[in-house]
Amino acid sequence: MSTVLLEARGIAKRFGGVQALKDVSLTINRGEIYGLIGPNGAGKTTLFNVFTGLYPRDRGEVRFAGAALDLASPHAVAAAGIARTFQNIRLFANMTSLENVMVGRHVRTRAGVLSAILRTRAERTEESAIRRRAQELLHYVGIADRAHDLARQLSYGDQRRLEIARALATDPELLALDEPAAGMNATETTALRGLIEGLRKDGLTVLLIEHDVKLVMGLCDRVAVLDYGEKIAEDVPEAVRANPKVIEAYLGTGAA
Amino acid sequence: MKTNRERIGLALIAIALIALPFVLASAGTAWVRITNFAVLFVLLSLGLNIVVGFAGLLDLGYVAFFAVGAYVYALLASPHFGLHLPFWVILPIGAAVACVAGVILGAPTLRLRGDYLAIVTLGFGEIVRIFMNNLSSPVNLTNGPKGINRIDPFQIGPLNFSASDTIGTLVFSGPIKYYYFLLLVLLAVIVINRRLQDSRIGRAWVAIREDEIAAKASGINTRNIKLLAFAMGASFGGIAGGMFAAIQGFVSPESFVLSESIMVLTMVVLGGMGNIWGVIAGAMLLSFVPELLRYTVEPIQRALFGKLLVDPEVLRMLVFGVALVLTMRFRPAGLWPETRHRREMSENRT
Repeated sequence: MSTVLLEARGIAKRFGGVQALKDVSLTINRGEIYGLIGPNGAGKTTLFNVFTGLYPRDRGEVRFAGAALDLASPHAVAAAGIARTFQNIRLFANMTSLENVMVGRHVRTRAGVLSAILRTRAERTEESAIRRRAQELLHYVGIADRAHDLARQLSYGDQRRLEIARALATDPELLALDEPAAGMNATETTALRGLIEGLRKDGLTVLLIEHDVKLVMGLCDRVAVLDYGEKIAEDVPEAVRANPKVIEAYLGTGAA
Repeated sequence: MKTNRERIGLALIAIALIALPFVLASAGTAWVRITNFAVLFVLLSLGLNIVVGFAGLLDLGYVAFFAVGAYVYALLASPHFGLHLPFWVILPIGAAVACVAGVILGAPTLRLRGDYLAIVTLGFGEIVRIFMNNLSSPVNLTNGPKGINRIDPFQIGPLNFSASDTIGTLVFSGPIKYYYFLLLVLLAVIVINRRLQDSRIGRAWVAIREDEIAAKASGINTRNIKLLAFAMGASFGGIAGGMFAAIQGFVSPESFVLSESIMVLTMVVLGGMGNIWGVIAGAMLLSFVPELLRYTVEPIQRALFGKLLVDPEVLRMLVFGVALVLTMRFRPAGLWPETRHRREMSENRT
């Protein structure tokens, strides 16, 4: 098994007159927490959306776990083993927490219309396995007691956790978190950090977009910096922090 | 597990449903027919509920599938082509053809949502009706606006659904036989709906309704799952259409106008989108209240004023409109909303 999990080469994406991504290449190794940072509008979320099939790319290739990734359909990306959360939380608001996570199991389960109508033994077994796994995941992210509340009734921090649980339900190899700490207070951020570290310990690879520089520097094994759609640095956190190009991107020329 | 109390309740409901047609028949066979049509509308509403209530796809052309089912039955069991297939062969064919029609409607509209989807489906409903109206030349397929006459009734062995049979002192008239058949179909459709709702597919439908992008990112093939909703809804419409043709003995394009689609949609919305029992209640209410008015308004006016002042038909639309406005004002999620929606409402109140 190679150490490289995801390898993107020459990703480009243009929105009308704006070149959102210019030839971005990066590699994510198995088992690491890979941070993606950059000023607002640098193209971090766009890159995320390209990786997860939500935006069609103009150019570029992504290989995932040794095979070319079909970027044309988001559900195929999920099936290949990439799960994501959203910067502005996107839950199924009027479903319960448990149901939200159960939806995440969709891609790993088979039952179709006919077996559902006939309630075959296989369907019932699968259904209870889905429910059990969803409960485990709610427990794992620490909101098991909210299982039967509607997603919309959860607190902000719990909604973030629920989104992670739903993503985990798809059995991903790579979990992509889009600004998971946005809007969180210090206590919630610390708890989130514990959760992400736990994920790594359980063998998951994490791609993390984050504005909270302290969180990124403390958590990530490697960090890439995007600026105006270009990757200007990719290294261990200490080296990135000292990189003059990065300082310039964040603070402007002359600050270094 | 069901408690004894629930069991007794279910048994009482079953007995009431079985005895109902004879009670109605004593008030006139017309009431049995009205009940049959009400059950047909319940079937249609339950079919549309899959598309609109579960998957959240606003369909304004649902009557097209009803029409397809009705015409399939009419063409395969009438002197028009000289074909007289038994109903248990035709109903599945009708469901299958309607299912294909559902996919044909669904496929090009997958990217559309809300109002845009509503417009396209509305157009689809009209296209189907206009086809039925004009496919009489050069090959006479549908007999045009004149419609198709003398459609075979259901026939199970020696049991003819258009004739009366007497067992002891009980008279089983044609409509009563259809009533029992419709009741069985309704039961099956309710069971199917409930099972689908609690299944992997049902959750995927609701997920798409709630947030399509999140559903995609969670690994749901939204294209297939949406097509499935259209196909399932259409099949139910097709079956209801076949039974409609047999009960009526006659079909013509004017039975399948836009206002019928809107009527079925109103039943779904009024009853409570997504909740099977609410949808059934909505369909029953909107089927029976107008008939009750029809039978009471005229005699009451004649008794009070000695002459007819307001035509029952006019009053019907008035009552209908007021009822809808009041419902939307006081119970916007429907009379009997889906549990999720109900919780949503109560949360807003506290």
